[in-house]
Amino acid sequence: MALTEETRAQLLEIVARYPVPRSALNPMLHLVQSEEGYVSPEGIELCAEIVGLAPAEVAAVATFYTMYKRRPVGEHHIGVCVNPQCGILGGEAIFDALSSDLEIGNDETSADGKITIERIECQAACTYAPVATVDWEFMDDMSVDKMRDVVAKLRSGEEVQSSRGPVVQGFRAAERAIAGMDDGQADAGANNADANMQRGLTVAKEQGMPAVDGGLKS
Amino acid sequence: MTLTPNLTAHWDEPDSYTVAGYERHQGYQALRKAFEMGPDAVINEVKDSGLRGRGGAGFPTGMKWSFVPQGDGKPHYLVVNADESEPGACKDIPLMLASSQHLIEGMIIASYAFRANHGFIYIRGEVPHVIRRMHAAVRDAYAHGYLGKNILGSGFDFDIVVHGGAGAYICGEETALLSSLEGMRGQPRLKPPFPAVAGLYACPTVVNNVETIASVPAIIRNGADWYSSYGTEKSKGIKVFAVSGHVNNPGIFEAPLGITMRELLGYAGGIRDGHSLKFWVVGGSSVPMLTEEHLDAPLSYEGMESVGTMLGTATPMVFDETTSVVRAITGWLDFYKHESCGKCTPCREGTWWIDQLLHDLAAGKGKTEDLATLEQLCAQILGRSFCALGDAAATPYPQALKLFRSEFEAGTHTAANDLFDPAAAVVFSGVKTS
Repeated sequence: MALTEETRAQLLEIVARYPVPRSALNPMLHLVQSEEGYVSPEGIELCAEIVGLAPAEVAAVATFYTMYKRRPVGEHHIGVCVNPQCGILGGEAIFDALSSDLEIGNDETSADGKITIERIECQAACTYAPVATVDWEFMDDMSVDKMRDVVAKLRSGEEVQSSRGPVVQGFRAAERAIAGMDDGQADAGANNADANMQRGLTVAKEQGMPAVDGGLKS
Repeated sequence: MTLTPNLTAHWDEPDSYTVAGYERHQGYQALRKAFEMGPDAVINEVKDSGLRGRGGAGFPTGMKWSFVPQGDGKPHYLVVNADESEPGACKDIPLMLASSQHLIEGMIIASYAFRANHGFIYIRGEVPHVIRRMHAAVRDAYAHGYLGKNILGSGFDFDIVVHGGAGAYICGEETALLSSLEGMRGQPRLKPPFPAVAGLYACPTVVNNVETIASVPAIIRNGADWYSSYGTEKSKGIKVFAVSGHVNNPGIFEAPLGITMRELLGYAGGIRDGHSLKFWVVGGSSVPMLTEEHLDAPLSYEGMESVGTMLGTATPMVFDETTSVVRAITGWLDFYKHESCGKCTPCREGTWWIDQLLHDLAAGKGKTEDLATLEQLCAQILGRSFCALGDAAATPYPQALKLFRSEFEAGTHTAANDLFDPAAAVVFSGVKTS
């Protein structure tokens, strides 16, 4: 897919958020990925032209960060956290099953172009270990069986609901959201405070612990 | 010690993240009060409250704000560090999802205090829903007149930009974060000059953690005395703890600093049934691990220091007897090796050497002298790297060796996965034992 005038306009929209144009590079490169499926040489040139840098300077930035991909990602991206503790609580087993089922390794894409898998690092959701992501949306408390079910649904085009977030929309759509483009999903799952997030609050209420916030004092 | 839900007090209400939901519970009352108090009084109130940075380092917040030079004619910036990526740390992401407006009100108050008109929230890139949520929360606050020009007729202008990063743990280091926010590779800068003098765009900048800033409105509303009535002498106030791992009921627990791990474990339903505690890591993977004998030490900055570790993010990871220490440490070093930014030699090269030797031990192919070589390597990195990432990488191994030496010694002949069946540590069923 070629980058269009519309892409350029949206990149300029991102630049306008910042006091200094170059500051916009992170979200701009995410937007390029949402159009191209990876950070393409063409995308790097366009970003460089817009913020007034040499393409090599933008490439130097793009190659520093692991989320920017140098090869096209599949329709969906699946990440499995393999850091301890997710890895120990089952993440390694989940990744191994995924890898053997799809017959691909880390950072590779299934032959049908549907799914890319990646061994990812701590996703800041440790209370839900083992944690995975589909299109970077949280898939909390995963297991091998649950992951197999997710993959089957993605391959047949059925809806996959993330744990604390929206129905997954594909890698490119997620990259648009990361670039800060409004996709109307901000309220998905309301405040996302499930039983795990409310654990302490629930205990406090059950055991009649007093409220702490006394309110406005002059 | 009882739990004290504060930032999490209304998470049972689905709209807790909206302006409407927040205003039902005193939301934005603190901002009105701050405008009446004036900026210097706000700084003093936060100083008096004893609030310390909740991102791990524990620097006194009010003091940090007071370092910003006033009347210097330069723009000042507030940058919220929402790059939560340390293995084990998982408190800021839930806070942004469910207490979005606490963070925004805190940002306005903080910026009013040290006279900044521009704030940024630097969120790690891998969490699109959190990025969506904060963009929407900022729009919500603008729509209600809490952001923009002349807020509530105070004459104070403040704008917030939500920024998504791109997957680099190093950007949690404040100067690397600023480099990244300026559109550069996320590599740390030499300090001094500190950000309070020359930060974003070489202007005075305060970098604060999400929880730190979100804690500010309740302090202003209820007063410094209220906040400092919780916690210990040196660790005042309330903290968001996240208990994860081999426990029956993992989750978020808000409690005064000084609560013990034994108490938190009790609230989390104890170690998973039929198992016993082996080790726990309180402040993210970068702090020395602890065991059963430390369960009664107060979870405070000084309490954790007294048992040779650091409170850090206060998000304890719990591992039971099925876990191989060698495997855990090797996994963490895989992480540091991958995340080392490459700027300085001790960290760039050292993490690769440590990781290589650990992998040998994990595979049962280590040599007896590797144990000492590893200690030496860690000692050579600690204090000699450019930023704290190298220190963090050098920290897990020495403590693990001290506590579980025999497991590392076994690495000279037996693989970690033969000593500890990985399937036994898995928390769901159906994984074949090896």
